[in-house]
Amino acid sequence: MSIWRRMELEGWGHTHRVEAQVGRPEREREMVAALHGSTGGTITARGAGRSYGDAALNQGGFVVLTERLNRVLALDVETASVVCEAGVLFRDLIDLCMPHGLLPPVCPGTAYVSVGGAIANDIHGKNHDAVGSMGAHVRWLDLLLPSGKVQRVDRESDPELFASTCGGVGLTGIILRACLQLLRVPSAHVRVREQRISDLDGFIEALREARTSAAYSVGWLDGLARGSNLGRGILRTGAFIAEPVGLARPARRPQVPFDLPGWVLNPFSMRAFNAIYLRSAPRSPRTYLAPVDRYFFPLDAIGHWNRMYGKRGFYQFQCVLPDAEAPTGLRALLDAVSASGDGSFLNVLKTLGQGSGGYLAFPIPGFTLAIDIRRSRRADALMQTLAGITVHHGGRVYLAKDETLDPRSFATMYPGLDRFRDVIERVDPEHRMSSDQDRRLRIGRW
Amino acid sequence: MVSETWLVLGAGSPIARAFAHAAAQAGHDVVLAGRDTQDLERTGADITVRTGARVRVEPFDAAALETHQGFVTACRDGAHGPLSVFIAFGLMPSQDAMDQDFSLARETMMVNYVGAVSVLAHLRPVLEAQGTGRIVALGSTAGERGRRKNYVYGSTKAGLHAYLQGLRAHLFAHGVRVVTVKPGFIDTGMTWSLGLRRTASPDALAAACLRWAYRGGEVHFFPWFWAPVMALVRILPESIAKRMRR
Repeated sequence: MSIWRRMELEGWGHTHRVEAQVGRPEREREMVAALHGSTGGTITARGAGRSYGDAALNQGGFVVLTERLNRVLALDVETASVVCEAGVLFRDLIDLCMPHGLLPPVCPGTAYVSVGGAIANDIHGKNHDAVGSMGAHVRWLDLLLPSGKVQRVDRESDPELFASTCGGVGLTGIILRACLQLLRVPSAHVRVREQRISDLDGFIEALREARTSAAYSVGWLDGLARGSNLGRGILRTGAFIAEPVGLARPARRPQVPFDLPGWVLNPFSMRAFNAIYLRSAPRSPRTYLAPVDRYFFPLDAIGHWNRMYGKRGFYQFQCVLPDAEAPTGLRALLDAVSASGDGSFLNVLKTLGQGSGGYLAFPIPGFTLAIDIRRSRRADALMQTLAGITVHHGGRVYLAKDETLDPRSFATMYPGLDRFRDVIERVDPEHRMSSDQDRRLRIGRW
Repeated sequence: MVSETWLVLGAGSPIARAFAHAAAQAGHDVVLAGRDTQDLERTGADITVRTGARVRVEPFDAAALETHQGFVTACRDGAHGPLSVFIAFGLMPSQDAMDQDFSLARETMMVNYVGAVSVLAHLRPVLEAQGTGRIVALGSTAGERGRRKNYVYGSTKAGLHAYLQGLRAHLFAHGVRVVTVKPGFIDTGMTWSLGLRRTASPDALAAACLRWAYRGGEVHFFPWFWAPVMALVRILPESIAKRMRR
């Protein structure tokens, strides 16, 4: 009975499929066996498959799914911490923690990411200025090293390996378990303040102010607006209300049942959508009460939303620009997207605070912009242009979203790369761990 | 429903894990029994965190027959309320591997048939004495007819099926129910490498097993369509069956 199955995998942006030998261990022993059994090829771990690009793909090699290693091993309400296996989804964790008034401090735009993936990508949320990224809340993690040994890694025992694993896109080994610090929240509802913003300067100003005045903040941008409307959108800031009003009942969510035909999302339909959506927020600010899910996980309102982009799929471009460069850099990025006509409706602007110290961690203090880009013929050229602008302004591209960056730009963006490679040299001298992204960007092997 | 203690044998398998969850969710205590106790402790912790149920782990090796009496005593003494049993252990090496190495075939027979009969033999008096409880055992559609592809495995399950029929009649008189469940392709490590398009989830099978444990019936196929399929497989004449390659 083989543990491998030859199958095709794709990233969340589903731009292309790659074939790999895929294993799905059901306990730790089988995970170790899979690592030892992956002879004649490299191996990488894959969680919920929510990386947009090729971070969790391994063409011609081995991929181990962590989805069956999804047990919660301890929940300590006293100390607000949880120990769980790498395959546990945030969805599960939140459902489990919320009744105790606890929440993962970092919540991404979707609850359908795995804990292992969240650590490996050092994800951030709408409150990065205040709490930092995922790595900041990992007390320790158990890492299955490429050698087959399991090591408990924390900041004290092996700071270099810890800094390489949080944000290391899976190249230091396979995360088996982690102990996470949780956040105490007074209720399961967020008071949201919604405000329409007329242009980019206004947005930057409002987000700067929200940094100190709001616990959570996130902006939606009309990525197709031009001229004086460039950078218009909606800012939503939020804070947990102090008194619980009962737990929200989870709603049944609609699904996109199949890949929509490519023509559905065209510049015209998206322009129209954006204009209408913008007006869903009244001109003068308003506040409303939203259950945690609705505010934190807008992407989960519709299942399989990635199918909207049709068979050809889409890229998501996400970068962060340092504060000082943000006004000019963001303008240049938005100009390029708007001129191409290939932007769409999922465009997010947020602020980020201090980084976690992860060698390949994404966040630096500044503004982060995420834009979905329909994969038209021009899309690759546009992605290059955007990466160029990002480099020029001293910014960096988020590896969890990336599948088009080149190795030189990558090396420029991530000054911690040398230290990361030193660690790889120590824990994985034979380069057993690899992914399509690793080979494209020459991350661990150069 | 009276709260019972569900003894889950072979609890490391995903089906057993799902069953233990379902039983705990329904308010029962759970004893997880199997060889990889470190792994079972993790499953136990998960069940307790999610459901608040009382969960215990007992080492159990189906092939170590001499340990079964002690094992059953430990389970009986630690149980709250009547004991019920879910049997999910089993080996399924490929027929080719067993053809080349008889020790593998022997081990499969030891675990799947002799081990099951042994532990049930020790459990039987306990269940008889309590005058209530239930046994749910996983059989296999592979036991319906010996096939070229997996006849050692199939024969162990066919033997177990006949044994359970007898046990069912025996325990019926004592108020204990015996249910045989024959799953088709379930999405587990056993079927993973086959690359099947359609498999049933372990959760769905576990939920059905728990339902049948309390609602009765004797032999169930899961998913349901395997019942008519297997009816056809059973009436297929041997003269034709022997010509089939698979």
